[in-house]
Amino acid sequence: MRDFKHVRPYGDTFNDGVVQFSFSLPVPFGEEAKEAARQFVAKMGVLEPRVVHSQDLGEEMTFFVVYGNAPFEIDFTSIKVPKVESPVMDFYEINQFIREQIGRKIVVIGACTGTDAHTVGIDAIMNMKGYAGEYGLERYPEIQAYNLGSQVQNEEMVRKAIELQADAILVSQVVTQKDVHIPNLGELVDLLEAEGLRKRIVLICGGPRISHELALELGYDAGFGPGTLAPEVASFIVHEIVKRKLAFHE
Amino acid sequence: MILVSSKLYLDPQLIDQARQYASAIADDVARFIADKTTVATERTVLRLLGLDGVDAEYVPLPNVVVDHVHDRGQLQHGIARFVINGMIQTGWSIQQLGEAVASGAIDLLALPMAPESELIDLGKQAADAALAKIRANRERRDQLLQKLGEGPQPYIYVIVATGNIYEDVIQARAAARQGADIIAVIRSTGQSLLDYVPFGATTEGFGGTYATQENFKIMRAALDEVGEEIGRYIRLCNYCSGLCMPEIAAMGALERLDVMLNDALYGILFRDINMQRTLIDQNFSRMINAYAGVIINTGEDNYLTTADAVEAAHTVLASQLINEQLAYRSGLRANQLGLGHAFEMNPMIEDGFLLEWAQALMAREIFPEAPLKYMPPTKHMTGNIFRGHVQDALFNLIGIATGQGIQLLGMMTEAIHTPLIHDRQLAIESAKYIFNNARHLQDELEFKRDGLMVKRAAQVLEEAVTLLREITQKGLFNAISEGMFADVKRAITGGKGLKGVLVRSQQYFNPLETALRTELGLPPIESLLASTPNEKRGE
Repeated sequence: MRDFKHVRPYGDTFNDGVVQFSFSLPVPFGEEAKEAARQFVAKMGVLEPRVVHSQDLGEEMTFFVVYGNAPFEIDFTSIKVPKVESPVMDFYEINQFIREQIGRKIVVIGACTGTDAHTVGIDAIMNMKGYAGEYGLERYPEIQAYNLGSQVQNEEMVRKAIELQADAILVSQVVTQKDVHIPNLGELVDLLEAEGLRKRIVLICGGPRISHELALELGYDAGFGPGTLAPEVASFIVHEIVKRKLAFHE
Repeated sequence: MILVSSKLYLDPQLIDQARQYASAIADDVARFIADKTTVATERTVLRLLGLDGVDAEYVPLPNVVVDHVHDRGQLQHGIARFVINGMIQTGWSIQQLGEAVASGAIDLLALPMAPESELIDLGKQAADAALAKIRANRERRDQLLQKLGEGPQPYIYVIVATGNIYEDVIQARAAARQGADIIAVIRSTGQSLLDYVPFGATTEGFGGTYATQENFKIMRAALDEVGEEIGRYIRLCNYCSGLCMPEIAAMGALERLDVMLNDALYGILFRDINMQRTLIDQNFSRMINAYAGVIINTGEDNYLTTADAVEAAHTVLASQLINEQLAYRSGLRANQLGLGHAFEMNPMIEDGFLLEWAQALMAREIFPEAPLKYMPPTKHMTGNIFRGHVQDALFNLIGIATGQGIQLLGMMTEAIHTPLIHDRQLAIESAKYIFNNARHLQDELEFKRDGLMVKRAAQVLEEAVTLLREITQKGLFNAISEGMFADVKRAITGGKGLKGVLVRSQQYFNPLETALRTELGLPPIESLLASTPNEKRGE
């Protein structure tokens, strides 16, 4: 029986605590740089830091690869992570679920909002062809999916949600430099609240730096991180519509 | 019959046919845009004539002056008519005139009009002076290339994207020392949709810095300095795209940029910019880039981020062929065409590497003189940086083995964040290792005549010809509106910027365009207007 109360990193022996680091320091390349890197990793509490590689980056910058042994433990049994709880169904099950439990087609709109121009995420979820062998929402006969593209302003999202009587809104945020996605995501929640729409809509965000926990904090119903496929999102939407009795909001 | 030098046994008649279709498509576009202008094109005229700076509200003076005339419905005569006349009437420089318009001290439309011959004379003089500045930059680049030399192709192209131009400088200089040949300064998100060019140095951009003349100047100086030090000319790249395409081309020409992303199709499909607007803008921007000796980069690689890379390969080739013909009609030469394509197939496909190789070599053989821009995997990059580094290595191997012109290096942290300083180092190190280690691989290889790769190239070429035939019949505008590229549909009157399109009046005056057309050996615009639509469409 493995001890999940006292967990340390595993290299090639239990509890060896092996961790690897790669980072740069803004110091000129040389023996002093290596020593600086070693001390830096030691300051993180890592035992026996070993600088195995250093490289001159120019402009008085140096890159390092460092190994060490972390003395810390994690109690794995105490970990709780908020997750999207609805069971994931497949393409056929989702469409059948909509026919049987909702009784009409559902409307989903999605976009990259704000200044974000990177549609790779929303396309993977929504476009006909989908991603990694899973069809996107446009392919679902029981879902009317509208991919509004990139750089859609929050006001426009709300306008479209009203016009198309959306059941769910998907917001993709790929550009997250300087946390630009946080105020942008929050603004949409505020606008929907102001229009009295928030309770009637399943609101979802996704992107490489989006977690379910962050989404909940921002006032969304769910958040999906990298690697999410269309059925996970669709399953959540349809379960949420049924759970919150949103099917007959006309 | 096959191309004598074709390792893929490509059928030269099929390639000719593809070019003829693309040529007919480009002729249609050229005719459509010949009698039109845009607010951005007119602002570009002002910038080339020397107008710069902003008014009290930080509105760029080229916008102030163009709006001054456009708001009262007179822009169809060409902004040059009013400013050249203003210069004649006041004796002021264009800068003084622009500032006077901004302060309300002068009304360009209320001035008496000088005789036409005087306008033409001063216009020609001013245009010649503007072109002389661009020519001087081009000569300076040639001198530096002569003196310092350059890295072998594929040029190693990396991006900097800190959002602070001064921090970009540090990263760019470091990248140059590490072996980069081209530094692209990523633009702040959303600039493509601004209908003006921001002013001054950027220190807090999102995902990049604005393309401003000041930023161009700062980075140019930094790259020249580091280039002198390491003995290699470092090319500077920015984005001449979006609603201010020709203005950015002008700024780039004035600050000696070397490479420019410059593709209307990209703006139409991925930024929802109106197709009329951006094709008119593109034509003028490409004339400037042509004269400045800039290598343009086109964005076909992006089609494969939305459409499937295996199924949509022929759309890339078809678009490259159209872009080539459009470029020729703006005076660009074959050696300035960094046509885009990409290594974007799902890495889990069996023999996907062979398909990628076949397509990259096919592009090389069809565009033998073009410095093709080969783009790395992005769509199928994950947080697994270790696998990502291997994907990028395979991409680099094809780059050297097919003689690409510009290798836009992939970063193992693609899909995570903008490149960290050591991400770039590791990418350059890997590319240099592979390029050096397999330098003459392409000279050693021949491919099986009935093999998978030869068949793949033939299939993509045939599909491209079929697609081009269809577009020839429909016209490019309709083809785009039907979603033939990248699975994206755009309407001819949809998208951003249509309001800035004008039909030229009989009195339209643009001495810069006239001078550029002459210098570039393009037929005068009048002959385009007089030409008749292609009657042998599609056969």
